[in-house]
Amino acid sequence: MASGIQAASPVDVALSVRELTVSLPEGMERAYAVENISFDLKRGQILCIIGESGSGKSVTANAIMGLLPKAIRISSGAIHLNGTNIVGLSPDKLRSLRGRVVSMIFQDPLSALNPLMTVGAQIEEVMAAHDAGTPASRRSRAIDLLIEVGLPDPQLMYHQYPFRLSGGQRQRVMIAMALALEPAILIADEPTTALDVTTQAQILQLIRDIQRRKGMSVMFITHDFGVVAEIADHVVVMEKGHCVEQGSAAQVLKSPGHLYTRRLIAAVPHLSGKDRVPSEAGERASILKVECLAKTYRSGSALFRTQRIVPAVNGVSFDLTSGRTLGVVGESGSGKSSLGRLLIKLMECDGGSILFEGRDIAGLSEAEFRPLRPKIQMIFQDPFASLNPRSTVGRILTVGPVAHGMRYSEAAERARELLSHVGLDAGAFDRYPHEFSGGQRQRIGIARALMFKPRLLIADEAVSALDVSIQAQILKLLDQIQRETGVSMIFITHDLRVASQICDEIAVMHRGQIVECGPPSQIFLDPKSSYTRELVAAIPGEQPASTPEHADFGRHHNRGETL
Amino acid sequence: MTVIVAHADPARWWHSRAVRRFLRHHLALAGIAMISLLVLACILGPFALPYDSLYIDLRARFAPPLTGHHYFGTDPLGRDLAVRLLMAGRVSLAVGFSAMLLSTLIGTLVGVTAGYRGGWVGAALMRTVDGFLSYPSIFLVLALAATLRPSPVMITVIIAVTSWMETARIVEAEVRSLREREFVQAARMVGLSRAHIMFREILPNAMGPIIVAASLAVARAILLEAYISFLGYGIQPPLPSWGNMLNGAQQYLASAPWLAIIPGAAITMAVTSFNFIGDGLRDALDVRNDHI
Repeated sequence: MASGIQAASPVDVALSVRELTVSLPEGMERAYAVENISFDLKRGQILCIIGESGSGKSVTANAIMGLLPKAIRISSGAIHLNGTNIVGLSPDKLRSLRGRVVSMIFQDPLSALNPLMTVGAQIEEVMAAHDAGTPASRRSRAIDLLIEVGLPDPQLMYHQYPFRLSGGQRQRVMIAMALALEPAILIADEPTTALDVTTQAQILQLIRDIQRRKGMSVMFITHDFGVVAEIADHVVVMEKGHCVEQGSAAQVLKSPGHLYTRRLIAAVPHLSGKDRVPSEAGERASILKVECLAKTYRSGSALFRTQRIVPAVNGVSFDLTSGRTLGVVGESGSGKSSLGRLLIKLMECDGGSILFEGRDIAGLSEAEFRPLRPKIQMIFQDPFASLNPRSTVGRILTVGPVAHGMRYSEAAERARELLSHVGLDAGAFDRYPHEFSGGQRQRIGIARALMFKPRLLIADEAVSALDVSIQAQILKLLDQIQRETGVSMIFITHDLRVASQICDEIAVMHRGQIVECGPPSQIFLDPKSSYTRELVAAIPGEQPASTPEHADFGRHHNRGETL
Repeated sequence: MTVIVAHADPARWWHSRAVRRFLRHHLALAGIAMISLLVLACILGPFALPYDSLYIDLRARFAPPLTGHHYFGTDPLGRDLAVRLLMAGRVSLAVGFSAMLLSTLIGTLVGVTAGYRGGWVGAALMRTVDGFLSYPSIFLVLALAATLRPSPVMITVIIAVTSWMETARIVEAEVRSLREREFVQAARMVGLSRAHIMFREILPNAMGPIIVAASLAVARAILLEAYISFLGYGIQPPLPSWGNMLNGAQQYLASAPWLAIIPGAAITMAVTSFNFIGDGLRDALDVRNDHI
């Protein structure tokens, strides 16, 4: 791959990486974080680097910024920024380049901003660090920048602290800081991953606008092909530290050459306007009927009059038929996760009723509800936090059934069966969670939920923490399980594309309320509420009307036929 | 940066990262060596030495170290100092260890309960901790020791009762953060009882800080016992302890300094060893170091 690229003239190339190899300390799973990669970022273009976690894309960005941790070294290769090779440059020289020639925006704007400094002071600090301008000119420049990144009321914003801003606003402040010295190159490391889909669309738009206006060159790191389709001019695909394919965005997206790229693109969930064909009609009893469910968070103390009241779930009602899947979608803070925890009674509700198989479980005490717990199980979001690190997989799976009176030998047998059913070998039984990858752990989580043969499965963002290719496998597994066991599912997610793949019906939540509920075809092709329309329009790389065009990317499975 | 995934640890605990890190901590290893030496000497030494700790030989009073078979010399009554030191070590180390076990047990129970239950139960327990902490513990110890009959068991209980609060605080904070982790929610989801979740799911994950606190607690308990006994409220002669040996030595500081130096050195050795071990454990068990 490297040999195919000629060093382009420095005039039209802002950043050129040549045969870069970065070595990892001993004892890691591979010797090199990235090995022998080469690419060019042309002036005035957006280059997307895409790859799954562990592909070395962040290491590449940090190498360019000169921000690699001590244990990780560049062992060979060259990085030319505006014609200067920065490999082996002294820390002082690197520092003067950072911010001035190249600057970076990070994934998590909250941890990247100093919580004790006002927004204005942080932007000015960047300029002061490079001795640019006078205090007065820096101040007016900071305000100009705040206007430029589209923050409302910049005069007021100048004096705000980061914790007062929303995630999207914080990311805008980060961008303003990165732009302060008019760098030629902007590196964006997954800048929209932590944001909601509507905010993501706005930030992508902003980056695109600024890039066009200033003729800047942007290196954009992402794991989402939707984002690539939205903004990239040029794409580099990375896998396990190697650059496996590069080319123009149109070329890579339309006719991917490498197998890995094809697999990645195929795994990207696409909005499906089609409704799911229900499996063979059995009895269609209502398994769960929720009416006017409410939960209010109270923090602080009523005594000291510092109480804050936040309605998290507000008058939610829906009905779930057995064997079907209800998707609950919404942005962060919409109350969808609270809803999930209310239904499984990990949290007490403040009002309303939850009729599970005809019995109201909302008012039951923990002791009364415990015998019912086996019937309602949950798959958690974080495959790393949801398994006890000090328990073997076998114990994680059997401890529940044993507590409910199953004999250990019987539980162990069922656990081994389920492990192989979810695609793990039976040897996993005696191992500890940290020996497994994220996707494998999520399979363990699913096996745990299935130990009891539940009637209702609640999946709370069950695939959000996983890479797209793993995501597709897990969705397929859930679908298969539902067809085999007839379990009903509530699938909570922020990703409409994922919801469209697996749900019979979708409820859109906004500020604790369900604003719209209906089959995917209605939600995605003919949304009734303006909020749903906004959500659907914000999905990156996708217009609902154009779904058929994506068919040749190869959907991971065609639901209409498999069901 | 997400690329750096460490090798999966082998399942055997003695291959684990924490053990390897501990073995790289030279001071901690020195601590282990010194403590092992001290404990072995205290257990086996008295059998090997030719004197009994209570045998009085008035002809050999104030013998300086290395007089005949009196390796550490003799005390004002002509008793062999070496054998007394080792017998005292048995008492002091036993009191130190038992006080640590008891205070860790109390602290862990209170901490886990307060941390997991939260609400008014947690508030009541933690305010009790604050109450104990706000009372100057040395006066509490002396007052208790003065009113109760001082036996080794009673001294152990008194020390434990006045030093469990730190463990309780550490455990409470740890459990409170563990409680929010999804695996605890998962444990509730599969219908485990509260006690099961507290002690079998959460507690094993909080063992690191507990072990560190315990190793430092031994050092403090040994010191506290020496302190009480030195002031005359602790272990009563003729039963020797490092503290009351120091007490007996104070009037002969000028004429027979070894009477104070030798038990003093033993206390210093034990306390610093445990502190080194504690530091080593803290570095080895700090989970934040698990990913470089």
